[in-house]
Amino acid sequence: MNYNINEKGYYGDFGGAFIPEMLYPNVEELRQNYLNIMAEPSFKAEFDQLLKDYVGRPSPLYFAKRLSEKYNTKIYLKREDLNHTGAHKINNTIGQILMAKRLGKNRIIAETGAGQHGVATATVCALMGIECIVYMGEIDIARQAPNVARMKMLGATVIPATSGSKTLKDATNEAIRDWINNPVDTHYIIGSVVGPHPYPDMVAKFQAVVSEEIKFQLKDKEGTENPDYVIACVGGGSNAAGAYYHYLNNENVKLIAVEAAGLGVDSGESAATSVLGKEGIIHGSKTLLMQTNDGQITEPYSISAGLDYPGVGPMHAHLYKTGRAEFISITDDQAMQAGLELCKLEGIIPAIETSHALGVFEQKTFKPNDIVVVSLSGRGDKDLQNYIDYFKI
Amino acid sequence: MNRINQKLNEDKKLLSIYFTAGYPNLNDTLTIIENLEKSGVDMIEIGLPFSDPLADGPTIQASSTEALKNGMTTEVLFKQLKDVRKTVSIPLIIMGYFNPMLQYGVEAFCKKCQEIGIDGLIIPDLPVDVYNEQYKSTFEKYGLINVFLITPQTSKERIKFIDSISNGFIYMVSSASVTGSSKGFGDTQTNYFKRIADMQLNNPQIVGFGINNNDTFTQATTYAKGAIIGSAFIKHLSNNGVNKIEDFISSVRK
Repeated sequence: MNYNINEKGYYGDFGGAFIPEMLYPNVEELRQNYLNIMAEPSFKAEFDQLLKDYVGRPSPLYFAKRLSEKYNTKIYLKREDLNHTGAHKINNTIGQILMAKRLGKNRIIAETGAGQHGVATATVCALMGIECIVYMGEIDIARQAPNVARMKMLGATVIPATSGSKTLKDATNEAIRDWINNPVDTHYIIGSVVGPHPYPDMVAKFQAVVSEEIKFQLKDKEGTENPDYVIACVGGGSNAAGAYYHYLNNENVKLIAVEAAGLGVDSGESAATSVLGKEGIIHGSKTLLMQTNDGQITEPYSISAGLDYPGVGPMHAHLYKTGRAEFISITDDQAMQAGLELCKLEGIIPAIETSHALGVFEQKTFKPNDIVVVSLSGRGDKDLQNYIDYFKI
Repeated sequence: MNRINQKLNEDKKLLSIYFTAGYPNLNDTLTIIENLEKSGVDMIEIGLPFSDPLADGPTIQASSTEALKNGMTTEVLFKQLKDVRKTVSIPLIIMGYFNPMLQYGVEAFCKKCQEIGIDGLIIPDLPVDVYNEQYKSTFEKYGLINVFLITPQTSKERIKFIDSISNGFIYMVSSASVTGSSKGFGDTQTNYFKRIADMQLNNPQIVGFGINNNDTFTQATTYAKGAIIGSAFIKHLSNNGVNKIEDFISSVRK
């Protein structure tokens, strides 16, 4: 089976571009140009150079010795937390700012939940000297003050989303509306593998550098390009898409997607979209999403602000439906314990999103010879207050 | 003949009104529809509220959020409209986003619309090609006219294609904007209205977005067959409730 996107913008039954006509010219312009632009040698050269000199790539693939001993298997951590701005998000914003420049756009908009994508977008806009407007839910602005300050220091304008539930999905709605109102000069940098085609594919391709590096790094360390497992957390799913990308069609490499169970999948306070979601349309994409029987999109919950998106990218909906990826839900408590464990065993403070991926080791047993790569998608500095409150440090 | 087509054949400029079902109160739906018809409105768009209305501005989104809080659902709306054709004869269109229809079941939704006497649907986030390939025959089976949008950015070729698969009217979005955001029409809009009129399309055009009073209604209908008012009417409902609808309509029509 082929797990890549087809020529119509679908992964199996999922994807497409369910957008109002007002957005059609913007999205169509991008769709017609993105692959050609990405294939230009000058684009590739600039992208690669910025990833190397500005982001700090390749990020290390680190053999986590003490964690491996504890779980009696071979665990490698793909250190996206060591990137500039502290997470994988910057891979995509570098790619999209270069795309925007080649499309002749001089104004950037973005949505952000916890603020990580907003910071990564504000960063590349500062780098290129382009105006940046970030939409962020009013509630998230209050919860994530340090990231709001970062964006402002980087020169971005942060606009509160005051509609609906005042969180990530509403910030996304507001960004889309801005794009409708500014169809000619503006590029919308979506932060995950969500939204109308071609966004899920474009973002996945910019994040694919993660698995491209894993292949040659693992070859060097283990003599094989292919691990037995790749584990990544999934909110919208961009770090997972990057970590899976070059393994999608190699079924010997098992994929594990970790969702946030929140207080428990059946608690009513959860973000486990694969378990709780149904097929539907969110932000222009046909995918799995959490909704009422009446088709109204509901507000998910997770202790991790980066995982509480009510949908999941169409690639992941397809990986779930076909069984290509195993989906595991990790609760707030399990994630927090796993995060603290990584601090103690490896001296690495992970983002709480990433802690969910690490939570898998208490839930699933791997064989001693299994090579397990975990996408360490972000660092935990931004979550310090959450860790302090949770562990009463 | 579908009521929409009959209405479009009348020799007059049409005034169409959008309102969000379930707002200001859950059970205002029928009263609003009846009062609109009594006030001389030609056509009504009944908004099925959605939690995440991408194409709408703050006024309509706030009314949708309120309507959902009030308990509006697809099922409730259909119940409220069950006997609407006993008292109302002007064309009725349901306007809503695709996800609630998808969850209800597209065929079941269309069937119910036919039973009630709904004449057409406007679904901003159902793309033209998906409709054409997957849903056209279902809509036609139940006698529903699907209305497509065009904007100032829509290319000539695409407008021609949209015209070729339309069988009622074309919803002409007045400017690059979400609902409720424009303030009066300038040369840009007038030129656009003229440009579309000059294309001599098979389907008449009705202008929406940014129509809020007699001035904008007159400007829009100089070139187009009619105009749709949404946000301005919702604001009127917020301030005056459902009993002074006639005042609003007569201020627009004069």
